Amino acid sequence: MAQASANRKRESVIDENLKRVYDEALEEGIPDRFKDLLEALKQQDQSKDAAK
Amino acid sequence: MSDLDPRDELVEHLPAMRAFAISLTRNGATADDMVQDTLVKAWTNIDKFQVGTNMRAWLFTILRNTYYSSRRKAKREVADVDGTHTESMAEKPAHDGRLQMTDFRDAFAQLSDEQREALLLVGASGFSYEEAAEMCGVAVGTIKSRTNRARQRLAELMHLDEDDSLELTDDATMSVLTAAKVASF
Repeated sequence: MAQASANRKRESVIDENLKRVYDEALEEGIPDRFKDLLEALKQQDQSKDAAK
Repeated sequence: MSDLDPRDELVEHLPAMRAFAISLTRNGATADDMVQDTLVKAWTNIDKFQVGTNMRAWLFTILRNTYYSSRRKAKREVADVDGTHTESMAEKPAHDGRLQMTDFRDAFAQLSDEQREALLLVGASGFSYEEAAEMCGVAVGTIKSRTNRARQRLAELMHLDEDDSLELTDDATMSVLTAAKVASF
């Protein structure tokens, strides 16, 4: 029982750290290059449609 | 009739895609290149996305496939093979949260890509074992064993076991772990 609770504690330490690493990356925000890229893709499609 | 373009949804998944890519590769530049490739692939293959299904899972699948195919192509020096030890890991970690996180990052970097991926999908991104298995193209049991082994390895590298007053032999630890796993699944 002591082992089982130690294991649970161990897992929760790992999962907390994992979450923190992931959340830190999540909170970094999105570089403009991605929004620009989406915008460029959209415009490419629109000019393709217009050419039809 | 639906005029909704699923591509309008892409932007919402960007932070998660980036967090997954950064955590998987531990390299911002590589991660951003992967995300960029994924966006272009998703945009041009949007007809392959089944509306009503989980778009994030679809995007993550493209993302990880992009990563593994570029890894195969580049054949870069993969140091993160299972079982690799570095000297720095021999120090006992301080119990300060910040230092512990540094320890965690170091340990996490030593997992194999597949182990890191499984942990990220299940432990951080909130996918089920079934979803993760489908995304990785492997059996559910494979994802379970990857996450279990990853957790076990992290615990070893972070010396989490040493906090316990009970000294267990490796075999005893294994059987306890196995029992705990069976109980939690």
